[in-house]
Amino acid sequence: MATVAHLDFERAIAEVEDQIGHLRTLARERGLDVTSELRSLERKLHDLKTDTFRNLSPIERVQVARHPRRPYTLDYLQLMFSDFIELAGDRQFRDDASVVGGWARLEGEPVMVIGQQKGRDMKENLLRNFGMPHPEGYRKALRLMKLAEKFRRPLVTLIDTPGAYPGIGAEERGQAEAIARNLREMAGLKVPSVAVVIGEGGSGGALAIGVADRVLMLENSVYSVISPEGCAAILWKSGSEREKAAVAMRVTAGDLKELNVIDEVIPEPTGGAHSDWEVTAHSLKDALLRHLGELREMPVDALRAARWKKYMAMGEWRTVQAR
Amino acid sequence: MAWFRKPKTRLQAADRRDLPGDVWEKCPACGDILYREKLKENWNVCPTCAHHMRLPANGYVALLMDEGTFRERDRDLRSADPLKFVDLKAYKDRLAAAERKSAHGEAVITGEGKLDEIPVSIGVMDFAFIGGSMGSVVGEKLARAGLRALEKEQPLIIVSASGGARMMEGIFSLMQMAKTSAVLAQMDEAGLPYISILTDPTTGGVTASYAMLGDANLAEPGTLIGFAGPRVIEQTIKQELPEGFQRAEFLLEHGMLDRIVDRRSMKREVSRLLRHMLALPAPEDFALNVAPDAP
Ligand SMILES: [Zn+2]
Repeated sequence: MATVAHLDFERAIAEVEDQIGHLRTLARERGLDVTSELRSLERKLHDLKTDTFRNLSPIERVQVARHPRRPYTLDYLQLMFSDFIELAGDRQFRDDASVVGGWARLEGEPVMVIGQQKGRDMKENLLRNFGMPHPEGYRKALRLMKLAEKFRRPLVTLIDTPGAYPGIGAEERGQAEAIARNLREMAGLKVPSVAVVIGEGGSGGALAIGVADRVLMLENSVYSVISPEGCAAILWKSGSEREKAAVAMRVTAGDLKELNVIDEVIPEPTGGAHSDWEVTAHSLKDALLRHLGELREMPVDALRAARWKKYMAMGEWRTVQAR
Repeated sequence: MAWFRKPKTRLQAADRRDLPGDVWEKCPACGDILYREKLKENWNVCPTCAHHMRLPANGYVALLMDEGTFRERDRDLRSADPLKFVDLKAYKDRLAAAERKSAHGEAVITGEGKLDEIPVSIGVMDFAFIGGSMGSVVGEKLARAGLRALEKEQPLIIVSASGGARMMEGIFSLMQMAKTSAVLAQMDEAGLPYISILTDPTTGGVTASYAMLGDANLAEPGTLIGFAGPRVIEQTIKQELPEGFQRAEFLLEHGMLDRIVDRRSMKREVSRLLRHMLALPAPEDFALNVAPDAP
């Protein structure tokens, strides 16, 4: 954790955390007994966190989903998996570092893991392109999915991207085609798949690794067709109305579960995933094991038929008397 | 979202006074004054410079389907406004306004018919309906068109024209990309042809799903095609885009399209392709269809 950043609504929490820090330093330096003061401050901290995080507004959840200290794909690969061996390149143009993937073991079982990767600082973000893939990132992902299929291993994808990169090179090399192909290939993949939104689920760039048998979201992650800022700029003609856009688009994990678009919301520790990586990873791992366990029991044909049925049912419409 | 762009060339007020809009039209490319009836007979392609002007959705049905063979399906599907979405305007009011202006209840017409005697399932998007944006109804109608193709073992043809996702349906609009692609996965598996025809403009989620997944991707000349809209890219990279960027010719050059096809020979090209894919005899020469009255 390179930077100690906190969000606006975390300020009160940060202040109490500072107080606790000071008290501990004081106690150590002067040999004072501060046990009871510490206990009361820690209770205060806990209550404050519970209160703050229970009542997060949608736009605050967007901020938590983008929190600079939130665990990223490579962190989960360390926290939940073992024996990760990264595989690079799309075999066509280059290696896109905003997508990482490779073999890893989940409780000893080999699985293919693919995820978007953000950077922690400016230097790493230049390498990771802020987690915004180019077409070659999606083509690398597809290559690894096909590898999982060849060796009949399950696929786990971790989604965390503001979106697919909108740039000249990306368009020249077929951003739309790369995403489209992944959607079609994932729909027909002959192995079980679980996709988890761990942070930002930014539109088609997220969905391009997100068509799966089970789709899960961490409690404070978000998933939407366009960023609240983008939506506000177009429909409200003002980017500053992002709060309204976040509410109207129903971007939170809870919203999406309610709309039956995802299968499960994975709880985060009080204070958000960034406050306790281990606990978050533990919950996520439990959920993955449970879903993969269920999917493993299904014959390939039934698995694919269920996946098609799941996606064919997406959407809501009504029937009127034809004119 | 390309549907917020203004057309590049607009008639000046002075021009408009001289041109009774119901009889004459000025070609935005070469400036020729065209007799509207003649233009319509030419499928809205300028007879002077071959510039392709927009053709309404039922124009494409008439262009591609053998006369009298088209049967529309699922015309009774409407958006359920699943999020009860309200921005500066209520989505349901936007829908009502779009429906009043449009000949159809949504941004796509689907149905069955014959193309040069080949039975096909077809979907044609309508850019005039909320920018051809893809919401639940567009996805469902196209998915059903795909399922009919699968059931009857027929080819599927989709004519795209879209500014992208229907933001007012939030995550449901995003999921239509997965839904339509899932149908195409089954078409692939069944070995059935799918022809994608891209018309101006095709951007966003439609490009990043079915529009790019044809067994042949065909586009009309000059069509704007992209994932991100040109304005979004300009804002991101903070520089102006090169001339011709994201036009059909650019995409052909970069390997994203099979062919650029003049609208007036589109039916013939599709017929020839399908006849190859289905191992049917090559088409006999046929005269061009006659354009119907625009709605
Ligand atoms: Zn002209």
